[in-house]
Amino acid sequence: MTGYLGDVAALARKDLLVELRTRDTVPAMLLFVVAALVVFHFALPAESSRLAASGMLWIALLFTALLALVRAFVGEREQGTLDGLILAPCDRSAIWLGKTLSVLAFLLFAEAVALPAFALFYENVTWELVAGVALANVGIAAVGTLLGAMAAAARARELLLPLLFLPVAIPLVVGGVGATVADDPGRYLAFLALYDLIFAILSWASFEYVVTE
Amino acid sequence: MSTGEKYLWAAYLVVFAAVLLYVVLITLKVGRLERELASLAELARDREARSG
Amino acid sequence: MSTSLRNNGPALLSLTAAALLVAGLSLAIFWAPEDADQGISQKIFYVHVPVALTSYAAFFWAAWKALRLLWKGDERHDLESYTAVHMGVIFGVLTLVTGSIWAKVSWGQWWVWSERQLTLFLILFLFYSAYFMLRYSTDPGPRRSRTSAVYALFGVALIPVSFMAIRLAEGLIHPVVFKRDGPDMEGSMFLTFCVCLAAMLALAGALYLIELSGKRADASLRELRERLA
Repeated sequence: MTGYLGDVAALARKDLLVELRTRDTVPAMLLFVVAALVVFHFALPAESSRLAASGMLWIALLFTALLALVRAFVGEREQGTLDGLILAPCDRSAIWLGKTLSVLAFLLFAEAVALPAFALFYENVTWELVAGVALANVGIAAVGTLLGAMAAAARARELLLPLLFLPVAIPLVVGGVGATVADDPGRYLAFLALYDLIFAILSWASFEYVVTE
Repeated sequence: MSTGEKYLWAAYLVVFAAVLLYVVLITLKVGRLERELASLAELARDREARSG
Repeated sequence: MSTSLRNNGPALLSLTAAALLVAGLSLAIFWAPEDADQGISQKIFYVHVPVALTSYAAFFWAAWKALRLLWKGDERHDLESYTAVHMGVIFGVLTLVTGSIWAKVSWGQWWVWSERQLTLFLILFLFYSAYFMLRYSTDPGPRRSRTSAVYALFGVALIPVSFMAIRLAEGLIHPVVFKRDGPDMEGSMFLTFCVCLAAMLALAGALYLIELSGKRADASLRELRERLA
């Protein structure tokens, strides 16, 4: 593999290798999502419906994703490797795609634990839920990576990213919860796919403007 | 005045109050700009006196 | 734009806005008929909807200026885009407040989630408030301009997407109980509405120009201070 896709693969592989060596992000995400699910058991009143549990799962997933997104650029920034990355002789959007793919991989790891835990503690995991999570992952990783790069240039990075991310993520929650609990999940899954398409193209096209000095 | 009328006036007044508030804020801003400009003019005069 | 128009633009636009506001509100209070169902409180419509549309216009103007900045790299557009977002947020807050009053008088509650436009404005308010956070916590420079511009562009993509999401969520979270009348307005109501809309747009335009000249003066002063120091 050469050219653009080769660059993307190399960048994504670099992130995964760093994670394999330092184990900074994924273990924290796994612990966080399980802890959140346990907290939700005590937050939900005893007679609340199974629908409420599905909503809580989506909140847990969203906040777990925030952990990965904060780490994605703050880590680079702290070690001063971000400038090297920007100066690397490849298309800037390849950096976005590589980061998005590595964030996506982290999310999949977290969900491989979160969904079985959800099934154990609360409700059965349906295929609609899995499809919804898979589609929402793409949107979270795509938009989150761009917003993470924006926040990385600011002073209060860890604080800023959730503020930037949550309003944009509201449609994802609507689509995800709808796919989980509605009678006609198809509409919601289609909406999630549309969201992914729109925001992935926007993020891909605009990443260069956000990172260059 | 009926309840409906009261709420109608409340809604209209909210917009009016917002515009007035904006005028106040702009007044404060103009005052600040004026002071800064005056201090800069002073700075320029000082510099001229020293060099001249 | 000629120099005299540039200098007098804010004044002319303010005068236009004042005249149109007086005309529009007079028409709304004295001329437009009362709504058969909602009675006199329906006339909140003549401020609420024009304010909301003006807010959208400001957000789109901000995105247009942001696009120009990214396209041409002209730093001038950064301040214009920022000021437009500023205006959009002011009118967005007014939309939320007037809409809340309308919800109270129509349905007895200050906040109704099934009111789509209001919910959308709440999301937009959160989104564009984060724009200010982003700007204030980033050091000034071309990178901040471009980052803000990209964020402003995301805003106009978020408007239709969020609106779709709210419609989808409506059937899910609440059954639709309340419906406001559609655009089946009488001619006199529609004319009043148009005058009010023009008035709000002129008002926003005037405020935009005033705010912009204030921000430009600020920037020039800062530059002057740096050179003199």
